[in-house]
Amino acid sequence: MARIVEPNTTPLEPVDVDPVTLDLVENGLRNARYEMDEVLFRTALSPGIREQHDEFPLIADPSGKMVVGQFGLSIPDFLAGFEGDIGEGDVLLTSDPYSCGAAISHANDWLVVLPIFTEGRVVGWASMFGHMSDVGGKTPSSMPTDAKTIYEEGVVIPPFKLYAGGKLNEDALRIILNQVRVPDWNRADLNGLVAACRTAAKRVTEMCARFGVDTYLSALDALLQRNYDAMKTLLHVVFAEGRTLSFTDYICDDGVGYGPYELKLSLTRTGDRVHLDFTGSSPQAIGPVNYYLNENLARMFFGIYMITVADPQILWNDGFYPLVDVTIPDGSYWKPKHPAALNARNHGIGRVFDLFGGLLGQTNPALLNAAGFSSSPHFMYSGNYSGGDRKGEWFQLYSIGFGGIPGRPLGDGPDGHSLWPSFVNIPCEFLESYYPLRIEKWETVADTGGAGLHRGGNGVDVAYRFLEPGTIAIHDDRWLMYPWGVNGGTPGARGRKWIDRASGEREVLPSKCHDVPVHPGDVLHFVTWGGGGWGDPLERDPELVAKEVRRGLVTAEGALRYGVRVTEKGEVQEQETTALRDQQRSRRDGALPVFDMGPGIEEILARCEEETGLPAPIRPVWR
Amino acid sequence: MSYRLGVDVGGTFTDVLLVDEETGSTWRAKTASTPSDQSVGVLHGIDKVCAEAGIDRSAVAHVLHGTTVATNAILEGKGATVGLVTTEGFRQVLQIARSFVPGGLAGWIIWPKPEPLADLEDTVEVPERIGSDGTVITPLDEEKARQALRKLHGVEALAISLINAFANDKHERRLLELAREELPGVEVSLSSVVLPEMREYERALTTVANGYVQPQVARYVANLSAKLKAEGVPAGLSILRSDGGLASADAAIAAPVTMLLSGPAGGVTGAVWVAEQSGHTELLTFDMGGTSTDVALVQGGQARIGRETKVGDLTVRASAVDVRTVGAGGGSIAHVPELTRALRVGPQSAGAEPGPAAYGKGGTAPTVTDANVVLGYLPSALAGGEITLDRDAARAAVQTIADAMGLESAEKAAAGIIDIVNENMLGGLRLVSVQQGFDPRDFALVAFGGAGPLHANALGRLTGAWPVIVPPSPGVLCALGDATTSARDESARTVLRKLGDLSDTELATIFEELATAASDRLKAQGITPEHIAYSADIRFVGQGNELPVTFELSEGLTGLATRFDTEHERLFSFTLNVDHELVNARATVTGPRPRVAPIHLEKGDPDPQPARTGETPIYVDGHYVDAALYDRLKLKAGNVITGPAIVTEMDSTTLILPGHAATTDDGGSLLIRPTSKEA
Repeated sequence: MARIVEPNTTPLEPVDVDPVTLDLVENGLRNARYEMDEVLFRTALSPGIREQHDEFPLIADPSGKMVVGQFGLSIPDFLAGFEGDIGEGDVLLTSDPYSCGAAISHANDWLVVLPIFTEGRVVGWASMFGHMSDVGGKTPSSMPTDAKTIYEEGVVIPPFKLYAGGKLNEDALRIILNQVRVPDWNRADLNGLVAACRTAAKRVTEMCARFGVDTYLSALDALLQRNYDAMKTLLHVVFAEGRTLSFTDYICDDGVGYGPYELKLSLTRTGDRVHLDFTGSSPQAIGPVNYYLNENLARMFFGIYMITVADPQILWNDGFYPLVDVTIPDGSYWKPKHPAALNARNHGIGRVFDLFGGLLGQTNPALLNAAGFSSSPHFMYSGNYSGGDRKGEWFQLYSIGFGGIPGRPLGDGPDGHSLWPSFVNIPCEFLESYYPLRIEKWETVADTGGAGLHRGGNGVDVAYRFLEPGTIAIHDDRWLMYPWGVNGGTPGARGRKWIDRASGEREVLPSKCHDVPVHPGDVLHFVTWGGGGWGDPLERDPELVAKEVRRGLVTAEGALRYGVRVTEKGEVQEQETTALRDQQRSRRDGALPVFDMGPGIEEILARCEEETGLPAPIRPVWR
Repeated sequence: MSYRLGVDVGGTFTDVLLVDEETGSTWRAKTASTPSDQSVGVLHGIDKVCAEAGIDRSAVAHVLHGTTVATNAILEGKGATVGLVTTEGFRQVLQIARSFVPGGLAGWIIWPKPEPLADLEDTVEVPERIGSDGTVITPLDEEKARQALRKLHGVEALAISLINAFANDKHERRLLELAREELPGVEVSLSSVVLPEMREYERALTTVANGYVQPQVARYVANLSAKLKAEGVPAGLSILRSDGGLASADAAIAAPVTMLLSGPAGGVTGAVWVAEQSGHTELLTFDMGGTSTDVALVQGGQARIGRETKVGDLTVRASAVDVRTVGAGGGSIAHVPELTRALRVGPQSAGAEPGPAAYGKGGTAPTVTDANVVLGYLPSALAGGEITLDRDAARAAVQTIADAMGLESAEKAAAGIIDIVNENMLGGLRLVSVQQGFDPRDFALVAFGGAGPLHANALGRLTGAWPVIVPPSPGVLCALGDATTSARDESARTVLRKLGDLSDTELATIFEELATAASDRLKAQGITPEHIAYSADIRFVGQGNELPVTFELSEGLTGLATRFDTEHERLFSFTLNVDHELVNARATVTGPRPRVAPIHLEKGDPDPQPARTGETPIYVDGHYVDAALYDRLKLKAGNVITGPAIVTEMDSTTLILPGHAATTDDGGSLLIRPTSKEA
């Protein structure tokens, strides 16, 4: 347990904060948090943060409760795992999920935490973590898909003082940077993380000066209370007393041949409180897909769905946490035992969105979306230039793929977009200018979005032609289990990966692989999955279906799923369409299902090899 | 004798300012705008101002015009049907839109994705490929290209944006020739001309946006030029660019995407001119209108120029005065969400229809204007009597906020609304100052727009930017900006070279070529280039974003690197020990600055008594006080107005808070400063 050293021990008086000042503090915190993002984006060198904004800021109150941020990480758990004094000018760094109660969830994430001091006392914490594109280990980008322990996943930094009293621990940094492939990246990104946290600290200090420390801190309490009160009301409105809701989704495989992993989540409200229960989920994975989930993060995810819809302008904070109890079984997918491998947990993080969507949507149609592009699949390519001016020089690409946003109550899911906030793709021209590859195609794949009144977004096919020998790695999922549709919408298409070798051979790749050799002239197709459809496809305006055929987003054959027949030119054939729709309706028995998850799991496994070209995984069992 | 004429077309009024180029004397005229054909109002205004000055229209040598035609085409979604030609495999570049979803976690649930500016139905791809180094990988298949172009019959404009065209424009140029044959009469925009910079989505989008607004801009500009000629005005017509420079009518028609922020640029340029007359060159400008507020930072009399232009949902890569827009204006609606009982102001706005409750046009939602009415800050009718204020309606609307928050009076709620909206605008001012490493206390704050002068004093207090300068009449300010700016042109290209791999000579050659190209274009318009500014987008090798850095060629590579490091340190508090990369090079060439003599107000003594028209109770800092009322038109240079006071003029109202005083200067601006340190 960390001991906080505060020279000023005069107790602070809680004061009444008028509602307008409260809103002013809220606004100031929101500005500070966006400024943190800006500082890091603009200065980072590694592609993960620089181009794709894989980073998460947070400002907390003196006890470590988040008062603004967009993705929790738990400062109390971090402090509990740190042995020693913390004082003014200290900056802490860690990348070890097991030493901070999963405040971060894999070793690629470097977490910076610093105390914010004003007048000799801690008035809060600034913290930020970012995904380092490489942290050493046995494969470039440090995410071996066959890892079975965290020791295979590069340098794992225990919590320590990167700066003690404002002085950089250069020896420690040198030891760390000696482990990684492109130390300039890590150094710049780490500088950016620290600069962003210091910016936040400056803004908080300014607010303390403007409003007074007691007013500022009392305002934080009031903001936390505001969340608490809002959530208490919401829980009563949304959930019936004593009724248990459950939902299950899947991770298709773990990279070493086991799967699908069941992710089960149940919710029950009793009185003012709800209980989130992950019991019934699969055991921890043998491969690296485990998502070590912090309880506070589970609360956070839950709250995002609840409050975003009620008052989207509200500032996100931890205030409602006491209303939510969380059970995560030890040794499960969500709480693996040390030293289980963790690197490929991004599928699990993404799936949490679908899981909460499917769970909470059962009570509230406003929240019910189909399954979306709940991941941030990775593509890596690295090697040494074999000739030319750059002969021998190391290149290393890390990039994220995008897919279909699901059909939503609001409308269609965008094609080839990101479910994650602020992620963007790396432009083709940028990639071609800095890496030995050429992109031959970058488009969404017609019909991969699930059919529905609101169509699911299409997945994307990016075709990379390699110009230098090297190796590639892929981290993706949803190649086996379908992105489900809702309210009559059908599932989206699953993702696929293959290489057309220069020799003319086609080689199907698993969704998780690394160190796959590639040669000049080989072309990789990285095809992501589509979003599920929302609502009855037979209700969709036939003119819109036809327009999408003309736009190339749906094929003439795909239009049949909407009961729409089109001419060669993509015009609606009205009579044929009416007849087809009548016929399709007459074949239905009963009401449309709320969830359409595709065929059952047994059937999917039985047809796996035939449909995907890949062997069926072995189902995991608790031991 | 020759005259210059600045024209600003606003939503309600068209302002015209006539300047005698020799004496600097000015005349103003205000006429009703004519939205269906803006040129009607413009000509009417020209007639009116010439009559007032007693001159013949033929004496007007230059007409300088800030126009919102391009902006409105985007905001109202009424641009041309644009066809887009891409490289095979990249037809969906606008559909994918870099995969970006705005908002926070779960933001995708509530994001309505805007339709692409060029429909996928009107997007074709052609077989061809250029490498990132400019080499031709696959030659253009001309037969297939012709077939593809033929599919686009019926489009009103064509945009061609091929992969890596920034490195080699050969295929785009050939396609232009083919398009002229296959689609005669359709204006074509090439990405290699509009934006020869790396990043295919941004380049395609900017090229399409250029095509999207081009027909309307071309029609308007050509129409206005023709009418001016027909009406006996021999003057050449120039249009204000988004970056605050002037372009000839022809240049404006060719690159309308550089005119998207013509309107706001006029305001900032005018603010700079007015503030200079008051002796200030370091400025924060603050232009508050009905639905939004534009803020910008001016250093050494030069507005900071950004590389992006944002209009509504659209962000294109075109140089523009770095104006940040905050969704807060007089029409912003206050509300109290039931769940959190927090006070929110905006971003929803009552707009002009139905407008604030006080306008009596059917609006009932409490707006910022209503709060100002309740507090007594708007004592008279607005817009010269066109809008009378329904005080009871304003109070009733604001009372709903008091009730929802449990506050004891409408005044308390109104004060809260004003505090929150001021805070939102402070956020905008912080974006351009503190967050760029500038201390607002080193700047003066220039406030304009219909609502700016009401909130200016309060924002001075929040930012510490003194004096607060309130220029005379906002419409005239923009027209002044139009009349006092210089002709300008710019050439840019992507370089992508490490500084370590370049020599000083190579660096100079790159920039001198660009300067020559831009100068030649100015000379072709009969303008003598007077000043050349060089800027470079630099980053540390490996970074994803560049910083624009202005430098002198004589400083060479070392100077350029040092300037970048300084900027990086200022913005982000650290630098790195890695090489620098020159991403984009740019030369901006400016013609001579017009000589416009400053306006001189009649001299008076410090006592403003002759301009005083009465007094009115206003609610400040929790209680009512009596504020003196003044008529701005009667103020004389040297008059000092001590707060609390309200100064009214036809199209704006200035509030001077207790503890502050405003001095009227020679040019007619009010300069507000605190009277004591504690204020």
